[in-house]
Amino acid sequence: MSKKVKANVAEALEGMSDGARVMVGGFGLCGNAEALIAGVIDTGAKELTLISNNAGSMGKGLARWLKAGIVRRVICTYVGTNEDLHRAMADGSIEVEIVPQGTFVERMRAAGAGIPGFYTPTGVGTVVAEGKETRDFEGRTYVLERALHADFALIRAHQADPFGNVRFYRTARNFAPAMATAARTTIVECDHLVALGAFDPDDVHLPGAFVKRVVHVPEHEDVIEFRTVRPLPEVQ
Amino acid sequence: MPYSKDDIAKRAAAEIADGSIVNLGIGLPTLVADHLAPERDVWLQSENGILGMGPFPYEGDEDPQIINAGKQTVTIVPGGSTFDSATSFAMIRGGHVDLSILGAMQVASNGDLANWSIPGGRTMGIGGAMDLAAGSRRILVLTTHTTKEGEPKLVATCDYPLTASKVVQRVITELGVFDCAGDRFRVVELAPGVTLDEVRAQTGAPVEAA
Repeated sequence: MSKKVKANVAEALEGMSDGARVMVGGFGLCGNAEALIAGVIDTGAKELTLISNNAGSMGKGLARWLKAGIVRRVICTYVGTNEDLHRAMADGSIEVEIVPQGTFVERMRAAGAGIPGFYTPTGVGTVVAEGKETRDFEGRTYVLERALHADFALIRAHQADPFGNVRFYRTARNFAPAMATAARTTIVECDHLVALGAFDPDDVHLPGAFVKRVVHVPEHEDVIEFRTVRPLPEVQ
Repeated sequence: MPYSKDDIAKRAAAEIADGSIVNLGIGLPTLVADHLAPERDVWLQSENGILGMGPFPYEGDEDPQIINAGKQTVTIVPGGSTFDSATSFAMIRGGHVDLSILGAMQVASNGDLANWSIPGGRTMGIGGAMDLAAGSRRILVLTTHTTKEGEPKLVATCDYPLTASKVVQRVITELGVFDCAGDRFRVVELAPGVTLDEVRAQTGAPVEAA
């Protein structure tokens, strides 16, 4: 078995330490690496910088980090119904940087691609651009945004092979590929561990070069935040 | 009689050209989907990574890993695709989304949009709003004409924090359809029975007749 495949979550999270910068994939609770998220609390690491779109919701997922008091700083795009984050922002216990979502992911994409910064039209003329360099290209103003790196990325995969090649499922993919490229150590929690060669090379979503560790976690809670349905059609 | 929420959504659907790629913001804009017949060939984009978003699933078919940007369970239509956030925002910022239909807290007559934060209120966050506002080829806003307290939401200058500057082309409210025309709003059409004077009384900027 490849050295990348770890026997359990604790082994997969080796080296998680105080003050680490940790990217965690997921759009709200969709596509969370649930076991790794829970496992970080058990490592005892604190003073973490959490880089995640929502930093949890409904008291679940990353909201548990907030409640456990192990986060010093959050970089996210949306707070929404995350009451734990609202509370932490209000009492000042956690420093929160809110970033436009496209800028958030592009900063990670840039970091992973060896690009230190880029100009974007997003946020020009708003508080997001305050104090940042702007530049005009062909008559339009753009703001300079910097690459966003991390020590660890914790991402959820549908399938992974022992080299760390990954396939995602539906909208669980979201920020995971960009985070995987931007972190020094990317740890994949996969629903299914498949054999080397099981993937058609054309079908790999994230090549193994971006993945350092893989842990197989077959069971997930996969919480639905807003269950919306339409009635079944009338049976004739 | 002023437009109902459903009338606003229906009127907004009439703004969409056949064959368009459209992003619907959270709230009132999501109702527009109910008024898009399949033959319109309209493709809904959801910034969390769907092109070809379908209606809510039938009861029992919900998949926690198929959600829209409002974190509601949805479906994917035949021909739809899923992709990562960097690709999704390349689609948005790169001008590949023809139209975004967004909600607003304030819209100024010059097209400035404020829809993410109320000073002194709870900050809900930016999400995809700034990228959609800055990157979409066209921005249509659906909103109530005033706040619950009766304050105009169509104003001369936004005093709430901006989402993007000079991006909104058209606004649909319960009182009618209005274009952002620089230092004024221009009436495109009034809801049945609504008078220009009523609109002017509830608007924080000059309003020019059609």
